[in-house]
Formats: sequence, structure tokens, C-alpha cells
Amino acid sequence: MSDLIRSTAAELAAKIASREVSAVEVAQAHLDRIAEVDGSVKAFLHVDAEGALAAARRVDEDVAAGNAPASPLAGVPLALKDVFTTEGVPTTCGSKMLEGWRPPYDATVTRRLKEAGVVILGKTNMDEFAMGSSTENSAYGPTRNPWDLDRIPGGSGGGSSASLAAFEAPLAIGTDTGGSIRQPGSVTGTVGVKPTYGGVSRYGLVAFSSSLDQAGPCARTVLDAALLHEIIAGHDPLDSTSVDAPVPPVVAAAREGANGDLTGVRVGVVTQFSGEGYQPGVLRSFEAAVAQLKQLGAEIVEVSCPSFDYALPAYYLIAPSEASSNLARFDAMRYGLRVGDDGTRSAEEVMSLTREAGFGAEVKRRIMIGTYALSSGYYDAYYGSAQKVRTLISRDFESAFATVDVLVSPTTPTTAFRIGERTGDPMAMYKADLCTIPANLAGNAAMSVPSGLSDEDGLPVGLQIMAPALQDHRMYRVAAAYEAARDAALGHTVISQVPQLEGAAR
Amino acid sequence: MTSVDELMDYAEVVERYDPVLGLEVHVELHTNTKMFCGCANLFGGEPNTHVCPTCLGLPGALPVVNGKAVESAIRIGLALNCEIAEWCRFARKNYFYPDMPKNFQTSQYDEPIAFNGWLDVALDDGTVVRVEIERAHMEEDTGKSLHVGGATGRIHGAEHSLLDYNRAGVPLIEIVTKPITGTGERAPEVARAYVTALRDLLKALDVSDVRMDQGSLRCDANVSLMPKGTTEFGTRTETKNVNSLRSVERAVRFEMTRQAAVLAGGGKITQETRHFDESTGSTSSGRTKETAEDYRYFPEPDLVPVAPSREWVEQLRGTLPELPWERRKRIQQEWNLTDAELRDLVNAGAVDLVAATVEAGATPAEARSWWVAYLTKEANNRGVELAELAITPAQIARVVALVNSGELTNKLAREVVAGVLAGEGEPEAVIEARGLKVVSDDSALEAAVDEALAAQPDVAAKIRDGKVAAAGAIVGAVMKATKGQADAKRVRELVIARCS
Amino acid sequence: MPSISRDEVAHLARLARLAVTDDELDLFAGQLDVILQSVATVGDIATADIPPTSHAVPLTNVFREDAVRPSLGQQQALAGAPAAEDGRFRVPRILGEEA
Ligand SMILES: [Mg+2]
Ligand SMILES: [Zn+2]
Repeated sequence: MSDLIRSTAAELAAKIASREVSAVEVAQAHLDRIAEVDGSVKAFLHVDAEGALAAARRVDEDVAAGNAPASPLAGVPLALKDVFTTEGVPTTCGSKMLEGWRPPYDATVTRRLKEAGVVILGKTNMDEFAMGSSTENSAYGPTRNPWDLDRIPGGSGGGSSASLAAFEAPLAIGTDTGGSIRQPGSVTGTVGVKPTYGGVSRYGLVAFSSSLDQAGPCARTVLDAALLHEIIAGHDPLDSTSVDAPVPPVVAAAREGANGDLTGVRVGVVTQFSGEGYQPGVLRSFEAAVAQLKQLGAEIVEVSCPSFDYALPAYYLIAPSEASSNLARFDAMRYGLRVGDDGTRSAEEVMSLTREAGFGAEVKRRIMIGTYALSSGYYDAYYGSAQKVRTLISRDFESAFATVDVLVSPTTPTTAFRIGERTGDPMAMYKADLCTIPANLAGNAAMSVPSGLSDEDGLPVGLQIMAPALQDHRMYRVAAAYEAARDAALGHTVISQVPQLEGAAR
Repeated sequence: MTSVDELMDYAEVVERYDPVLGLEVHVELHTNTKMFCGCANLFGGEPNTHVCPTCLGLPGALPVVNGKAVESAIRIGLALNCEIAEWCRFARKNYFYPDMPKNFQTSQYDEPIAFNGWLDVALDDGTVVRVEIERAHMEEDTGKSLHVGGATGRIHGAEHSLLDYNRAGVPLIEIVTKPITGTGERAPEVARAYVTALRDLLKALDVSDVRMDQGSLRCDANVSLMPKGTTEFGTRTETKNVNSLRSVERAVRFEMTRQAAVLAGGGKITQETRHFDESTGSTSSGRTKETAEDYRYFPEPDLVPVAPSREWVEQLRGTLPELPWERRKRIQQEWNLTDAELRDLVNAGAVDLVAATVEAGATPAEARSWWVAYLTKEANNRGVELAELAITPAQIARVVALVNSGELTNKLAREVVAGVLAGEGEPEAVIEARGLKVVSDDSALEAAVDEALAAQPDVAAKIRDGKVAAAGAIVGAVMKATKGQADAKRVRELVIARCS
Repeated sequence: MPSISRDEVAHLARLARLAVTDDELDLFAGQLDVILQSVATVGDIATADIPPTSHAVPLTNVFREDAVRPSLGQQQALAGAPAAEDGRFRVPRILGEEA
């Protein structure tokens, strides 16, 4: 395995800027790696080798011309979740509905990446329209977890997390509606960040649940995530829910945290997130992480957030309701799949046949739930009540953050489960997002950072750190401090323990 | 297989039933851009050229509210005497239809920007009816479909349809009245007068083109009947596709006579959408829905609430122009008009034209006489609106001034105006080209008078005998000889002087 | 609370324009029932005095200037269309009313 693919994004950017290595070489090394291992990992739905090399070449030309780098990540390759539009490059959202669709426009995230000189390698696999926690709901087949190819890489952004753990890309972009960045980060031993809602533009992010969706950075280190965060974040006039405020200083916070001192930082442990349903090895890893934070000088307090128990049911009303409306546009009229247009059927029939054929079971299930929850007569009991739970969860966060700087919990109750294990039981699948959902409902920032491996199965565990809205830098500081202490204690990084993939020669 | 509806004689309808009206008017704002995206808000044009990811409903695209449209909505609300919401939201109205790119319409539901207002509406005889406004809310227009392959180009029998989304996302304000009761036999007239008043108001506000023929002002008429002496509203129908002021009146009247016949025959009114047919003046049933449509409204999560500050609202109140009825009241006072005179002026659509003519120097009486008495006939003859005649208030004022200075007689003045209308240029150019000058040179006139007296010696003798009335025949002869360009009063003076 | 019937599932599918199969009707009826029973617990704490939250960030009055931005060209607009004709999207015949 070449050094280039095991390097951090920060290291690669420095080497490219100093002309120690060219961006084209870096891109080619990653494209080679993809060619080598993606047949077994299946992280990518589309690899844009030509586009990536062209972008890398532009960075090299820029460097050769003596220009300052377009960004601190200029020339670094990245895997983009296939839920962002990319002009002229296929965008499917993991659905048959959009097979072959080439958008006529770039998402704001896509545009910012391009402007920053980040090299987009391709589009990563995901649960169809981001609905799922395992990437098994992709119409194009599941992605496999590089730690154990029989296990799920998390979801919905399993393609992004797996691409990092398989060293196919040092950076990735995910979207997090109920945990779709953090839970995949947790089960693949990588870092995943859900910024404050409104922190990163949603323009061009194909909507699942508009009031919850948030794009964020995925990486193998906290600093890399912070560097990527600063590139994609910031106000966008094309997104009405975009926050018009300076981007939180996350890179500075990550650097400060790496110094290893958390004296004076108050860390709240959410009491609701433990006990029944939590894998013992996950809880032990979490307790060890909390102990580590204490050693770094943090003050640990227990915090009760009683309405968090209602987050999961509220989420499974709000997200499907919004989704039922957001996905109505996939109707076979203007783009995407069209089924059954035989010249005799009406538009209405063709719509219904196309949606039946084009959507997978989970998407249909959620559309039905959402349609039900919004129906007159049920609205108040379901959607309306869920919006009230949202208020209660926000209040719990508010009172917690009145006494602590950040909150911590396990990211997800278990390590990566086996492919197929939960597909027949939607409720069991939904529990994977138990701890991540409250931050989506309240809109505050949250991230997952690896806390080592579970002692019973040797699979990665994630530590979730949550911060108040627009205080994203707080969690980066804690995460970076923890990451440094953890690596020092282990004597190596967590990601270095990923087993060597078959067919991957050194 | 359209069955002919049975209708009840109108006099009997109003004797037996009280009509209840509800009018929903959709107004397309003439902003530069659409409601939620920066595409040009242009009517027609090459299909699908004013479209972008947002108004095409492409995956990932997001809406951003056009601030100017909100401003227009607030101004309309204020002009309709509405309360302006301190906080309101957009909502999604979910239903599938191919001309709606997202399969939901971004509209407002239980939180409209303006509510609880009224509009005073004057009927032809001067009666004023106050129409209560329920709400005015913001939403977006749909695309346009073209039905291909059917015999009529209509939706039924079409083989396929073609969609143009240039209109999709154009800002709309929907204005909804409260139920209008107690209008009795005048219900159809009230409906027309309301839409007329609303159109004039929106025109004065300069927020829309208000062209019913082009669809920038669209009216849906809800009509129901309740038997005299009862107070519970009957089942209503909603008639769409009412594309002119006259059609509003006809559609309401038709529905009243149709519903009355159904009810009197022991039948029930079906709650349904009906279509108005301009050519027959009748309404026909649209597709009856099996169940009431469930729109599954919920707050639009892609947009944030609209919370107009009171300062902004007051500032916008300050931008309201003089409203049409206030202006009429002022004009009536300033020009000393009777109610009937004002009504004639308004009905002729001449208020602005007369006011501009007065502005240019004519007296209100002179200006009215030209526009209402003379030019209205010219417009009718040509089948155009008064304002569309090829003459300006300034030109009329110029002609009036020439009459007052004695350079034109009234008869000549009409010839000058005819020349202007015929495209012969400014009044002076017409006078020059047609040689329309008053002959006021006494010596030329005296010669003509002598000639006429000599030609009719018997008449001349009568005048000399003191029968002054006989002078008319000589004056007539002189006028004829001078092709009407003489000042008749002066000719008469000369005739009498010659014979005394 | 809810016990969702096969008929209700069929009605939802019609509203959502999904031509579901008979097998799916049975599957979804069972699964929706379980899910809806479970999520109905939100009613336990959502009392009348609690205001609903629809947006995670408390923004208001986000407006755009009324200035024209470039549109897509007709070709670009139609590029992804399943069928097009004369610069328009071609779709199967539309039943129902003209909007
Ligand atoms: Mg409407
Ligand atoms: Zn547009």
C-alpha cells in the first residue's frame, strides 16, 4: 500500500503545495486503489477518473505557476456522496429512479469543492435517497465494511465511510439526516461531522428531510475533517435555511485541541444513552473514552435529557412526512425513469407505475408513513405532536448546555452488524440512529470520532460529541484532544488496524 | 354527451332562493423574476427557456422568496384593508399534477400574509356593496400544458400532452372573499363589480398586468343557493375558467338558474368544479373527485417564516397610491359632478383620460364632453378601449384651446380630431393639411353676404322689413359658400347690419 | 392506537402514486402498523401548551432581490426528459381538469 493513500489530507495538501508530489500522482494513486479494492468494497457508484485527473492537473498547473493554493486542501482527492448534484456527472441517490441522470447543475457543496481545488474522484454509494442505516437499501447493491466485508459500513453514507476506511479516498462528503454521517463514521473507525443545521448549504443536496438534512465532512482524522468543514461551510444565498454568520473556527479548534489540554471544559454524559440495547463492548469503549477526557482535564457531569427517549419516534414521523413530499417530484415527467408509457396509459398511471418500479421497499414504506402522518385527521396526532417533541428536545439541549460545554454518548448502540441481519425488521434497523437523532431534531452540531475497537468483536466504536448550534468548534477541540490522547495510549491510530483488503497488494 | 341543463327562470330563482357567493381571484404579479427563483417572469416566449433547477423542480434545487413579491402582497393586503400577519409561513400543498414540477405547490395555508379586510364595490346605479375579504396569500403558478391529438385541442381525447414550465413559479397572490350574502337578484352584478373594483385597485397599485384575457387575473366563482327564509348555506360549486368581467356575471347567473332548477326538482347539488364556456354562457361539470382531495399541508421546511416588521408595513402603507375610489371621490368634488355624471365617467373608463386632459389645460366640462360624449362613440365604432384610441389627452386639450381662442369652430374641431384619429399627425398639422381655418376676415365675409342677399332678394326684403328670423337662410347660404369655415355668429351680425 | 387496514394502505398508495402489488399491501399493512404504533408515543408528551418547532434555526425574512439570474437553456432543461417534442416535455395524456 503506497504512502500516498495512507496519508492524511493535510499531509497530502502540504506535499502537493511544496511540489514534493503532484496532485495527478495523488489522484492516480487513489484511482488505482479504487480499481484494486472497490470490486469487493463497492463504495463507489461512479468513478470519474477523467474529471479527477483534469482537476488534479489544474491544481498542478496552478502550483507550477507559483500561485497560492486555492485552499488548504487543493489537490486532495475526495469521495462525494451520490446525493449531491454534479453537472454532467451521474447522480442517482442510490435509486433506480435516477439511473443515468446527469444534472445540469452543481450543488453548492460541489461547486465549493471544485473552487477549492479538491479533486472529486467519484460518487459514493448510499441507502436509496439516504433512507437507511446500512447502505443495504441502495438499488445498486450494498457497500461492504472494510473492517469485515460481511458487515455493513453504516448508512446512509456507507459508501463515503467505506471509501475512507478502504483508503480509496482521504476525504469524503456525507449527509446526516438522522445520523447518516456519524453512524457510518462510528462503524468504520472514521471521523464524521454533522455541522450545525444551516452551516453547510443544502442547495443541490437531493432532499430527504429538508428540516433535518445537513451535509458534512468525513475524514480519517479530526483535523482533516475540520479543514474540509471550512471549505464546504458558509452562507449560501441559494439556501434560505443557510446561516448567515461566519463559519465557526473549527480548524483552529482542532489544532488547539491537539495540544491535549481540556482543563476547564465541562463534558456532559447523557444518561439516556446507555443500558438496554447497548452492546457491552460499546459501553466499555465509551466509558474508557470518558475516562480519557477526564484525564485530559475535562470535568465530567451526568446530564439527563428525558425527552431524548422520544427522539426516535418523532424522527420517524418528521423525516418520512417531509420525504413523502420531497420525493413526489420523481414522477416520470421531466427526468429520470419512466415506466409503462405505452401510448394508451394516462400520465397518472405512468406516474404510479414508475414510482412503484423506481423506488425500493424502504423508500415506499417511508412515503406511506409520511403520507399517513400528514393526512387530515392524523396531522395533529402525528406530525404536529412530533414537532412538539422537537421543541422539548431543543429545550433539553438548552438546559444541558447551560451547564456543560459539550455532551457525549456512544454514536450508535452497536458495532457494525452483519449484512442482511436487520433488513426484515425496520424497527431494529431504525434503532441504529437512537443516539444521533436528537442533534438533527434540534439542529445543533454533533460528530463521531473513533474510540477504539470493541473488546468483544474487534470492530470500531464511535464516540459522539455534541455541541450547541454554531459552536461546532467546541466539539472539534474536544475530539482532537481525545484523538491525540487515544492514539498515544494505543501507540497507533485506530484506522491503521483495518485488515488488509483482499486483492490489495502492498 | 353533454346533457342540456334545465334552468329556472331568473325572476323565479331570486323569488325562491338567496344566493351566496365566494370569489377567489388569482393575480399574477409582474415582478422581474419568479416567486422562488431568479428566472425572468415573462409571459409566453419560447417554451422552457425561463426555467432553472428550482422552477423545474430538479432534485436538490431550493426556493428563495422574492422580496418584491412579499412587498406586493403586503401592499395588496393594505389596499384591501387587511391586517398584515406579524409572522406567517409558506406551506406545501401536496397533490400530483404534471404541470406542477414538484408535485406540491408552495403556497400559504392557515397563516396567510394578509387577512380580514374589505373592499367597497360600486354597482352601476351607484349602490355600494362592501365585500369582506377573508385572506390574501402568496403562492406560485403552474406550468402550461398543451394537449395534442384530441379533436378539440382540449384535454379530453388528447393522445399526449406537452409541458412548458415558463409560467411555473410565477408569483401569484390569491385573494379570497368571505361568503357574500344578501345580494339577492344583484348577485351576478356584484360578482362582476367586485372583480372590476379589484382589477382597478391592482392596476393602481402597479403590481400586475391584470389582463383577464391573458390569465394574469383569474377568477373562480363559488355559488350556492339557500331557500328564502333559511340561513344555512347550500352546497356550492366552483366555476373556473371565467376569463372576462362579463363572464363573471354570466357564470354566476347561469349557476343560479341551474342550481335552482336542480333544487326545485328535488335534486341535490354536487360539490364540484365546473367549467365556464364563453361561447354558450353555460357551465359544465368537471371530473368529480371520488373523495375530497387531501392536500396534506405542512409548513414548507425549505423556507423560513415571513415576519414583516411593523415599520416595514407602515413604510409600505406610505407607498400606496391614491386608490381608485378615493380618487373618484376627490374628482367628483373637485369637478362638481353629480353621481350620475361620475358614473358615466367611470363606466366609460374615462377618469384617467379626462383627468389628464384637465391637467393639460381643459376644463373638466370640456374634457368630459370630448371623452365621454364624442370619443366613446368613436371607440365603440372601432371596437377598442377608449384608452386605445390614437389620440392623447394633450391633443384634446390643444383642440379645446383652439376652439376657445376662436381659431376653430366646434364643427371644425371635430374634423381636426377625426384627422388626428386617422393618423394625420398633431392637430396643427391636420388644420394645415385640411385647410381648416376659421374665416374671420370681415371683407371676405361681407362679399359672401352680399352675394347671398343678391341671390335671394325676397329674403333680403323680409329682413329689411324687420323679420330678423329670416336671416338664418342667408347665414346658412354663407356658411355653405365658405365650407363651414366662417364664424356663424359674425355672419349673422353682418347680414343684419347690411339690411338695416 | 392505529390499526391500519389493507384498504387504508391502498388509499395511501393511491395518494402517493404508488402502484403497489397485493403482496406489498400485506407487507406494508403489517409493517406500517408496527411502526405507527411505535411512533404514536410522541402523543404521550406533546401536550397542548408546547409550541411546535418546524425549523431548527430561528431565521425569518430571508428574501432574494428581484433581479433576473440566468436560466437553463431549453436544451439543458430538456436534456434529462424521458420524452420531448417541440421544446416541451412530452408526457402521457393527462386525465382530469385543466389547472
Ligand atoms: Mg391557491
Ligand atoms: Zn427558475
